[in-house]
Amino acid sequence: MTEKQTDTANYSLTVRNMNVYYGTFRAINNVSLNIERNKITALIGPSGCGKSTVLRSLNRMNDLVNGARVEGEVLFHEQNLYANDVDAVEVRRRIGMVFQKPNPFPKSIYDNIAFGPRINGWKGTKSEMDDLVERCLRQSALWDDVKDKLKESGLALSGGQQQRLCIARALAVEPEVILMDEPCSALDPISTLKIEELMMELRQRYTIAIVTHNMQQAARASDYTAFFLMNDQRAGELVEYGPTGDLFTNPKDKRTEDYITGRFG
Amino acid sequence: MTTLNDEIKSGLPQGEAARRNVASRRRTGAIWRTIFLSATIIGLIALSLLIYNVVNEVFGYVATEYAVDPATLSDKPIDELNKDELVAVLQDNMRANAFRTLERDKPMADRSESEVYDLVIERVLKPQTLETWTLRDSWFNKAAIDAQVASEFPEAKLEFRSWLTAGFLTTPMSSDPLRAGVRTALLGSLWMIAITILFAFPIGVGAAIYLEEYATDNRFNRIIQTNINNLAGVPSIIYGMLGLVIFVRTLEPLTSGRIFGADSGNGRTIVAASLTMMLLILPIMIINGQEAIRAVPLSLRQASYGLGATKWQTIWHHVLPNALPGIFTGTILAVSRAIGETAPLIVVGASTFIVTDPDGPFAKFTALPIQIYNWTSRPQPEFAHIAASAIVVLLVMLLSLNAIAVLLRNRFSKRG
Repeated sequence: MTEKQTDTANYSLTVRNMNVYYGTFRAINNVSLNIERNKITALIGPSGCGKSTVLRSLNRMNDLVNGARVEGEVLFHEQNLYANDVDAVEVRRRIGMVFQKPNPFPKSIYDNIAFGPRINGWKGTKSEMDDLVERCLRQSALWDDVKDKLKESGLALSGGQQQRLCIARALAVEPEVILMDEPCSALDPISTLKIEELMMELRQRYTIAIVTHNMQQAARASDYTAFFLMNDQRAGELVEYGPTGDLFTNPKDKRTEDYITGRFG
Repeated sequence: MTTLNDEIKSGLPQGEAARRNVASRRRTGAIWRTIFLSATIIGLIALSLLIYNVVNEVFGYVATEYAVDPATLSDKPIDELNKDELVAVLQDNMRANAFRTLERDKPMADRSESEVYDLVIERVLKPQTLETWTLRDSWFNKAAIDAQVASEFPEAKLEFRSWLTAGFLTTPMSSDPLRAGVRTALLGSLWMIAITILFAFPIGVGAAIYLEEYATDNRFNRIIQTNINNLAGVPSIIYGMLGLVIFVRTLEPLTSGRIFGADSGNGRTIVAASLTMMLLILPIMIINGQEAIRAVPLSLRQASYGLGATKWQTIWHHVLPNALPGIFTGTILAVSRAIGETAPLIVVGASTFIVTDPDGPFAKFTALPIQIYNWTSRPQPEFAHIAASAIVVLLVMLLSLNAIAVLLRNRFSKRG
């Protein structure tokens, strides 16, 4: 928690003055945020405050929503992701995503993981693919559960296993950043704990940004926390951002304090 | 302190009133249940009546009489003649050139005894149908039939027959109902449906993908969408006229096969009929395809995009495989409609009497519905029997094509 905030090399993603519109409605108002490399950044806030919208703007998933428009900059390796010459397809490979509801493909566990590399022009041999599948499943702590049933459908797994399969699938295309949109909201506490442990492991190699409704989760499983709130025009704004420990023990903003202590109206 | 029951006036019924209220709501449910059950029963009755009517005509007693008395042909009853004697009978009683034609088709030496026997019956004895009865009459009024035959046709042979035989499937059209079959019509229908699917499936799925995945929500695309929805309700004879103008007349060099070197004279060919049927079923197929594509969950597309898949990769690897069972269901419905359509075929000029098998897309043809339509409009009762048999053939063909499609659908939905 002692990184110098001025050292841009530590930032994986830098958001500058971002506004997001759905049609004419401004959903996000002037958000600036630095996502630290190899850290877990939690985005918290009440429903409708725009935290998922911010997350989805980081890898241009919002492009898929009709009428969505992003202003401002999202810098990734000093390149603005919203520049004209950037292809969203390339962005999404390098900034992966895990969704709220586990959504494995209705294919075998093996093919779930192999799909990403294949569509991205994988040139390796069959045994290299086998290795890749095993590596991803090990990284997502799923290998021991599924090593004997790689040919079975990904949908046959339990909810928590499905979500870990989705994480393994995201890892297979070698992203640098993994965005997680409330990855545990559909899971039981034990599965949730496993995903959190997994995030701690993955932090060593990847940068993680996670949206969560669960403040305990943000407090125990993140390094940085960003608190969002709707303003009077119902647009999401960043209220406070800082190291998780500081934000939860010593919030600078009164609204943050109200929210994390549960006094929010 | 106020107690709930005494002081607060509740809008909800209490005690006895509440029990009565529940009973009354249950009664309403039971009444609706009965209504829905009767709707189902009415449907079942209609279906049973249809099957009864068809089956009633397919089987029954037939009184036949030979034009030539078998006793005049030989000393022995013809059932006891051996093959050589049968050939001799044929030779003696047929015109010489007719016999030579038979010999040229297949030498008598190569024909089996039963084949020669059939020839004697057909060419020499020439059975004539005097009277036919339905299955119901045959079953319940056997005595009356016997009495009628004994008084009116003492010479006639009365036998119970099925009008639907293996021979019915393999013999071509004939003006003699005893010898007529549906071979030509069956092959014509199969050819037509195969070519219709060949054209309609890719075009229908392609249009559905474009409209659902690529078309933006603007005025132009909304107009296209509305028109497709309306086209699904256009009467089929209108499509027949469209097909006549476009495929039979305007595109005649194409549909007659002239530019492919298979000239059939004019555009009234299988391919013209298939293309007309394609127009007819395209709106249904497109609408069904769109619905199937729309039903693919958003989460699946997001997962694919999230891994860096392009739009086309997402469509090809996820949207289409998951929409395929639904697309097949739509195709089943559309093709079933095309098989049974008669009106557009009449307009585009399916032949009503043709005995040569269709040998390709540019052949003249007839189809089962046309054949049935033709036979049902004849006054002689025998034709009603073979029309009913052709209906059975059509229904069986329809059901087997549907079964194939259902198998395909299940296969595809089991993937993954």
